[in-house]
Amino acid sequence: MFNMPLTLHEVEHIARLARLHLSPEQKEHYRSQLSTILDHIARLQELDTRDVPPTTGGGLTEMPLREDQVRPSLPVEQLLSNAAESQENQFKIPPVFD
Amino acid sequence: MSPALASLTLAQMKAGLESGDFTARQLVEASLEAIARLDPLLHAFLYIDAERALNQAAAADRQPKATGRPLHGIPIAVKDVLTVEGMPCTAGSKILQGFYPPYTATAVKRLQEAGAIVIGKTNTDEFAMGSSTENSAYGRTHNPWDTHRVPGGSSGGSAAAVAARMVSAALGTDTGGSVRQPASFCGVTGLKPTYGRVSRYGLIAFGSSLDTVGVFAQTAEDAALIFSIMAGHDPLDATSSKQPLPDLHLPNDPSLRGLRIGVPREYFVEGMQPEIQLRTQEAIEQMRQLGAEVVEISLPHTAYALPVYYLIAPAEASANLARYDGIRYGPRSRADSIWEVFFQTRGELFGEEVIRRIMLGTYALSAGYYEAFYGQAQKARTLITRDFEAAFQTVDVIAAPTTPTTAFLAGAHADDPLSMYLEDIFTLPASLAGIPGICFPVGFDSQGLPIGLQLLGPRFREDRILSVAHVYQQITDWHLRLPALVKGDAAQ
Repeated sequence: MFNMPLTLHEVEHIARLARLHLSPEQKEHYRSQLSTILDHIARLQELDTRDVPPTTGGGLTEMPLREDQVRPSLPVEQLLSNAAESQENQFKIPPVFD
Repeated sequence: MSPALASLTLAQMKAGLESGDFTARQLVEASLEAIARLDPLLHAFLYIDAERALNQAAAADRQPKATGRPLHGIPIAVKDVLTVEGMPCTAGSKILQGFYPPYTATAVKRLQEAGAIVIGKTNTDEFAMGSSTENSAYGRTHNPWDTHRVPGGSSGGSAAAVAARMVSAALGTDTGGSVRQPASFCGVTGLKPTYGRVSRYGLIAFGSSLDTVGVFAQTAEDAALIFSIMAGHDPLDATSSKQPLPDLHLPNDPSLRGLRIGVPREYFVEGMQPEIQLRTQEAIEQMRQLGAEVVEISLPHTAYALPVYYLIAPAEASANLARYDGIRYGPRSRADSIWEVFFQTRGELFGEEVIRRIMLGTYALSAGYYEAFYGQAQKARTLITRDFEAAFQTVDVIAAPTTPTTAFLAGAHADDPLSMYLEDIFTLPASLAGIPGICFPVGFDSQGLPIGLQLLGPRFREDRILSVAHVYQQITDWHLRLPALVKGDAAQ
């Protein structure tokens, strides 16, 4: 699994998952660079982590709670003001289905 | 008069305003003049609102002097990943071009409520991903000590703005070293608080288990003041801690008697610039002479911090940056279907480093690799944290170099991202452990470039590292040295 260069097929799969359009040159560029980085990262496999719990939540142990109360929120117009397109208090997008 | 006014420390500005030596308007004008003269050479700022700052200064001057507001009339700058209502926020990315946030980040708001005047937004690597501020979509920032060199990153704009005395304090963020490393490269004091200490409401998220809001200033005393105002629980950020803030009254007595300083042997590696090792050891020796006890310690998992960080941070970034889809904010690429909008907008508007990290993080989280990559990194992160916990059983603070080299030339790592990542090897472990760190100048290399020492403390003990840095700054003047660019300016 490790120390193996990424294949072009894998790069295309990752780009698809991440919703990124890449040119053929970019695909090759990232294939080569990510392979080098992953090769360096692979040294983590040598570490014995049996019985070691994972760190989650940045190590914070507190979990603050608050009363579940209705509060004012930001005005709709203000939230829509940054959208590329909006209509009738909603974000407007191109068709989802053909 | 004005250039000298802009060069004052925050404490001096505060004292001068309170005694009526000058007005808030004069301070803001001095700051704007310094920006007008120096920023064309440095490009520390992405946005400046002179009119708003001058109006706020005039309003401040109309109020009685004894407002009880600790930052009354003081101009500051804010890294362009923290939102300020009324100012655009780009995170150094084209994908947020033209975005006007509807609210102000809590950290900034608290400073504004204390009387601070936000003069503008500073340059950053795109989404704070980088170590040189070269990854900004709006052009790189130059190091005030040598404009051919980088200021460090990702908070390079804020570090350069303080180093060039355009403002006396500026906010930055530190996810893997983005406050400490540019502080080192620019010869200023930079504080990275404990994870959870300062609210991140209004901070554009990068790595949610790592992101912290920090500050650059000339002195530890000034950093302590800004920090004490920003810190503390915020109901709008569930990850902000309710731990009470310790007394941040810094000692006047220049003594470190009773302090135990640990020096980790893993932070003195082959290939690092010998002058950094030398200046670091000299500074530690000075602290020993002030009464501190210095002991060698070991943080055995240090070498794993880089692979751990470059799995966890990109994994979290790939999730956090999924929201940039051209729908709710930022420009949208033209396409016929919603899917094409996503692919085109993101592919066209994210920069190279951001795409690289999204790809890396997506891979690390993808089916079949999650346990081996992200899962293993989370466990290794526990081991790195335990290293520090064990060390702090026997020492009060840890002293180490901040970076393996001084500020490098722009373009030096352009074709080799891994070599750029290696610039962060001394700052990443503390970020993964969530502990506070401060970097402050302890000398220069043979080329006249600043060298910073890093002090790390236990969780929520910012008071301890600020106090030690403050004591050191009482007996040295490295932190008051000015780049030639600024000195020439002040002499005019």
